[in-house]
Amino acid sequence: MTTICLLYPELLGTYGDGGNGLAVTERARRRGIDVELVSAGLNDDVPDAALYLLGGGEDGPQRLATDLLRRSSFVSRVQDGAKVAAVCAGLQILGMTFCVEGDDEFEGLGLVDVVTSRGERRSVGELSTRVDGRLLVGFENHGGRTTLSGGIEALGTVVKGRGNDGKFDGYRTKNIWATYAHGPVLAMNPWFCDEILASVVGAELDPLTSAADLLYQERCRVLSS
Amino acid sequence: MGKASTLRDQLASAAVRTVNRVSRMTGRGSGTVIGGRVGMTIAPDLISTLAEGRTIILVSGTNGKTTTTSMVAAGWGGNVTTNKTGANMPAGHLAALVESRNEHVALEVDEAWLADTLKSTRPYVVVLLNLSRDQLDRANEVRHLAERWRQALALREDGKLIVVANANDPLVVYAAEVGANTVWCDVPTTWIADALSCPKCTLAISHVGNSWHCACGFAKPTTITSVLGDDLVISGKSVMLELSMPGEFNRSNAAMALTALACVRVDLDEAVRRVNAIQSVVGRFSVRRWNGHVLRLLLAKNPSGFAAMLATLRDDGSDVWVAINARVADGHDPSWLYDVPFEMLRGHRVYCFGDRRLDLATRLDYGRVDYIVVDNDDLVPTSKETISLLANYTAFHDWLARSEA
Ligand SMILES: [Zn+2]
Repeated sequence: MTTICLLYPELLGTYGDGGNGLAVTERARRRGIDVELVSAGLNDDVPDAALYLLGGGEDGPQRLATDLLRRSSFVSRVQDGAKVAAVCAGLQILGMTFCVEGDDEFEGLGLVDVVTSRGERRSVGELSTRVDGRLLVGFENHGGRTTLSGGIEALGTVVKGRGNDGKFDGYRTKNIWATYAHGPVLAMNPWFCDEILASVVGAELDPLTSAADLLYQERCRVLSS
Repeated sequence: MGKASTLRDQLASAAVRTVNRVSRMTGRGSGTVIGGRVGMTIAPDLISTLAEGRTIILVSGTNGKTTTTSMVAAGWGGNVTTNKTGANMPAGHLAALVESRNEHVALEVDEAWLADTLKSTRPYVVVLLNLSRDQLDRANEVRHLAERWRQALALREDGKLIVVANANDPLVVYAAEVGANTVWCDVPTTWIADALSCPKCTLAISHVGNSWHCACGFAKPTTITSVLGDDLVISGKSVMLELSMPGEFNRSNAAMALTALACVRVDLDEAVRRVNAIQSVVGRFSVRRWNGHVLRLLLAKNPSGFAAMLATLRDDGSDVWVAINARVADGHDPSWLYDVPFEMLRGHRVYCFGDRRLDLATRLDYGRVDYIVVDNDDLVPTSKETISLLANYTAFHDWLARSEA
């Protein structure tokens, strides 16, 4: 049994972020992979899981989620190899510092050597990124500008939208995928969801057709035109 | 009664009327907003001038404001000035205030414009229904909105404003608790996903039964004026709500409309009779015909609205039609589809319409709900039963326009 854990949906679930948990679980089950989706609430301990999902949130909740995670077993579990898929605020939380509530700098979890400052303006709109020759499509809505340190690889290069800084979006480490495309990014990009799932179960996946294939083709067409 | 006091105000009022008439004649719009914009350019204080001396009830909130405003207007009885077409920003308010000069005014107000409208219209009562996520791509973060409401209400210097507020919505309570005259309504409120973290301290709010509280002391108000159970009880007086429109949420809307009317001393029995008789509000809940189908049109614009509307569907496995767009008025980001409990539709077959039907189909597919993507309207098989069609804002208006009464 593989456990997938949605972290603090009360705090980090602003933009349909629950959709990512739904998509990865459903795509596993349709292939006969034994998975369970659990969520860790504000008053719960962080459970043992193979994959943690971090969503986006407003300033206050983002700060609280970071504090709770800092005091939990989350950081050591990730250092021990548990995998994380993070979107939006989740991307910022895993880094060294981020800004909330004006320009107040706040300490992140320090798992990835990236820093987020306040962007000149909010980044709101369609986001598409080229990742290893494939498009990742979604929607971004955030006020951050994220800078990766030399050793950290971006998830992809921006084709449309802003992402980290107008050039790159997100980051990719051995066990972390992070993007500014929020909410149902895994639901909309079946190949990306499957890449994460394959890594979590440590095996190649059987092909799977689903409604998301047509949606993905449509969004790629719209965002490339 | 408000009257235009200066020559400039009179000119501006005339301009609003003329532009709106021209706009309606040329079919360029419903003719309420354009004239209002012209009027505000000529005389920026015109709303205040026209509002003076009238008894005004404002209604705001994420969901139910059009219906509730309509209930206030109908329940009041007699001639009531109102922004019927849902033009709920200043230009729409101005157009309504210019169009008719009744003493009684009921205005629907966009959540983001509440502070300005409180200032310009100086209402007698403001009704605060609920706050939840809606069109987040406009960066109207819901906690931020609650904060702006709170500051606007705290600024009211005269202390006379009556705030009729939903005691079961923590974000509304956060805003309304600073009012000097707050009338709390205990009405069923099922959507709590946006108020799980305390607006004061961000800790978890415990929702237990019909109550809620936070460790910091922030809690559901205890001095309740109006309670909606099987009957509606306002200040000890009980009345029977027997609405013609469906849905538990409409009962909550009616309870708050009637509480506001009680504040302006309208006879409650008369008001309830008038509210019970409302069949539909600007097409919402109306039964229409299209291509041989009989459709009941249901507007649902965001997760809480959708959840409430899904709960009104009969559990009979009938076909359900859902239409989703993501145009300007809808918000360009349909991510919210994943916050809608579409799993409630398992056992039904869902026909997916609208510009974003593939986003909807994907959501339904992951939720294990039967779906059919409609690329060609002519291929939809005819059914004998009345079909419920749930649509978000522009999709709803498309269907209203393409169907017949
Ligand atoms: Zn609190």
